[in-house]
Amino acid sequence: MIPELGQFSLILAFCLSILLGSVPLVGAAKGNQLWMSLARPLTAGVFVFLSISILILAYAFVTDDFSVQFVAQHSNTLLPARYKMTAVWGGHEGSFLLWTFMLGGWMLAVSIFSKSMPIDFVARVLGVLGILCTAYILFMLATSNPFDRIVPLPPQDGADLNSALQDIGFIIHPPTLYMGYVGFSVVFAFAIAALLSGRLDAAWARWSRPWANVSWAILTIGIALGSWWAYYELGWGGWWAWDPVENPPLITWLFGTALIHSLAVTEKRGVFKSWTVLLAILAFSGSLLGTFITRSGLLTSVHAFASDPSRGVFILGILGLAIGGSLILFAFRAPLMKSNFGFDLVSREILLLTNNVILVVASASVFLGTLFPMLYQAITDDLISIGPPYFNAIFIPLMALLVLVLGVGPMCRWKKTSVSYLIEQLGKIALASLAIGVMLPTIILLQVSWVAIVAVTLAAWIVLSMLKDMANKTSNKATRLAGLRGLSLSYYGMQTAHFGMALMLIGVAFTSEFSEEKSVLLAPGEGVDVGSYNFIFNDTQSITGPNYVANQADFSVSKNGNSLGNLNPERRIYLATGTPSTEMAIDAGFFRDLFVTLGEEKENNAWTMTIYVKPFIRWIWLGAIFMAFGGTVAAGDKRYRRVRQRYLKREEQASAINLQLAS
Amino acid sequence: MKPHRRKRLAVVTFIAVGLSMATGLTLFALSQNIDLFYTPTQVAAGEVNIGQQIRIGGMVKEGSYESANDSMRVMFSATDYVNEVPIQFDGILPDLFREGQGIVVEGTINNSGLFIASRVLAKHDENYMSNEVKAAMEAAGVNIENQPALAEY
Repeated sequence: MIPELGQFSLILAFCLSILLGSVPLVGAAKGNQLWMSLARPLTAGVFVFLSISILILAYAFVTDDFSVQFVAQHSNTLLPARYKMTAVWGGHEGSFLLWTFMLGGWMLAVSIFSKSMPIDFVARVLGVLGILCTAYILFMLATSNPFDRIVPLPPQDGADLNSALQDIGFIIHPPTLYMGYVGFSVVFAFAIAALLSGRLDAAWARWSRPWANVSWAILTIGIALGSWWAYYELGWGGWWAWDPVENPPLITWLFGTALIHSLAVTEKRGVFKSWTVLLAILAFSGSLLGTFITRSGLLTSVHAFASDPSRGVFILGILGLAIGGSLILFAFRAPLMKSNFGFDLVSREILLLTNNVILVVASASVFLGTLFPMLYQAITDDLISIGPPYFNAIFIPLMALLVLVLGVGPMCRWKKTSVSYLIEQLGKIALASLAIGVMLPTIILLQVSWVAIVAVTLAAWIVLSMLKDMANKTSNKATRLAGLRGLSLSYYGMQTAHFGMALMLIGVAFTSEFSEEKSVLLAPGEGVDVGSYNFIFNDTQSITGPNYVANQADFSVSKNGNSLGNLNPERRIYLATGTPSTEMAIDAGFFRDLFVTLGEEKENNAWTMTIYVKPFIRWIWLGAIFMAFGGTVAAGDKRYRRVRQRYLKREEQASAINLQLAS
Repeated sequence: MKPHRRKRLAVVTFIAVGLSMATGLTLFALSQNIDLFYTPTQVAAGEVNIGQQIRIGGMVKEGSYESANDSMRVMFSATDYVNEVPIQFDGILPDLFREGQGIVVEGTINNSGLFIASRVLAKHDENYMSNEVKAAMEAAGVNIENQPALAEY
């Protein structure tokens, strides 16, 4: 009975979404206050019923209700409670419910934190989100209902959660990623609302910015968590595989990064309006595309859910309507968005435009590489795959170019900057970066590594130009401290995120350049040297977990004769399905990770294993944390809270002028 | 030309030049990095050049798995139930590698017809079969629905 309540609640949420997707929008078009004011209560209703729905699904998991097909497929009585609760997103149906629930959460957040916006704008934003929500719930009810029952004979026990998913990464990665993904729907809804109302002004950009920043920050964390999880769970020693399902979040992230920069120009200078709107549509399309790719089973990937063509067609329908509809609206409204090209060819506007072009090209090339195999197959009927070399060949030079621009951008002034000023400000910085870049890695490593030289030069360029800019901006205050206090939160946010880029760059370059790995067969007592580290394989023992049995190996690790402790990788067999799973042992460090993964047992208790030394790999995720933190800090800038007064004042002035003209 | 027009033209030119350069380089990189996919039957028919980087999809043949006792080396065959390709791999197989299950291998054929795999991919969950394996099965006229290994639930 209880699962039916979940289903009923989902249907109620569907009905309320239909109302939300129509009444406030019509109200806004007709200027009906009552209809517009229904947006907030309807949003609360949708959120409440989606919450009930997802909680009931979790309850079905916790109580082992295997008469629910989704539970039977993704849980087992032996599964630990924390995985039972989170198995809600362990498969297609439930994870889509989570996705929709996240949308409900964002909608609720918009309805609460929009007190400063005029009611017709809020009604339009929530109305657009209501339409999306309707489409998602319809998709669930029509093709992938998580509450479907197995009748008449439910199985005694469930098939178990995929063993690769039974990990802390599974508990936190999908919700974070979805939250970031779905956040871009809000920015999209703001853009559509602005198009509908024809009010594409600085106020619109200022309302969107905190939402764009926060979504972007959460998406950054979501992607980084996925990378970190893949690194230690999949055990191939990599942190990014250019997998077709990893790519769509990156595509969205790159559009999102372009968007938050472009929004800055639109807010501050009132230009690039239509471009910003287009980016909001693109970022949102990226997130829908991600859903489509993961769920349609069209691409081969480690992530792909069980494929079902009808689902693919349905999502393609949503994708087509959402993107097509918004682009048509955009085409009709774009001519209204007149921007004044009041800036010179050397100005911050142009540098931010360069940033946008680079990011969009990067995003498009990832998109192309991801979908090219599909396209190729459709045309030639041959199957192909596009490997990491393609993505690396495109992505790395683009990012290097981006970093060069990044150093100049903050230093540049709006409207017009003289080239001689930039050379005066940055000439020495460039030389110093180059000097540090060449000297530091060469002295420390006693060898010439081009990758390290380029990476350190670029990172030094980011950091030094950042310090120079901060010095400039604080120089006219009485003390440095007073100057630093005077800088805005959004400025600090920007610099923090840029610093994160420097960290990530070093991490990526050093990990790919200096990693060492060895695959060996070792008998107990034997050892192997990897890099400057010595690993001795002591023995293995059998251990028993809650729902698995495992062989656990013991390794002693030392460097130059100094013991660094022991590492204990495992080889598990999950009881419900009999699937084997390797558990890596990682000794994480700020400058290097040591990483052992166990293969299989051979004669005389000897085991195959792969041992990795990964320098600076933590810096990649540390960089992502800095970026996300920067994005969040910038969203907290106090000027976003002052919008209302300013906006109302302007409206008053406008009406006063109108009155004067009328009289 | 009016100044603002000139600026607009400059901006548009800038974007157009940037985009076309990027497109050109992208397409070049793409053409350099295509791994073609073959079925065991195509390999048996000699369609693959020695040393060419390819992917093969198929099932791990029942009873074909052999593991050397004194090294990392493993041997197995990929089959589409019509033809099979012997595969040699020096490394640790993925968790989900099992006889009778679908796999995709990346690597090259040597001159004695042995496929030297550089990477072995196994399917991620029980329901899921990669397009490449599916295509190989269909090309060989095998009805996938009836394969017991894939019908676990």
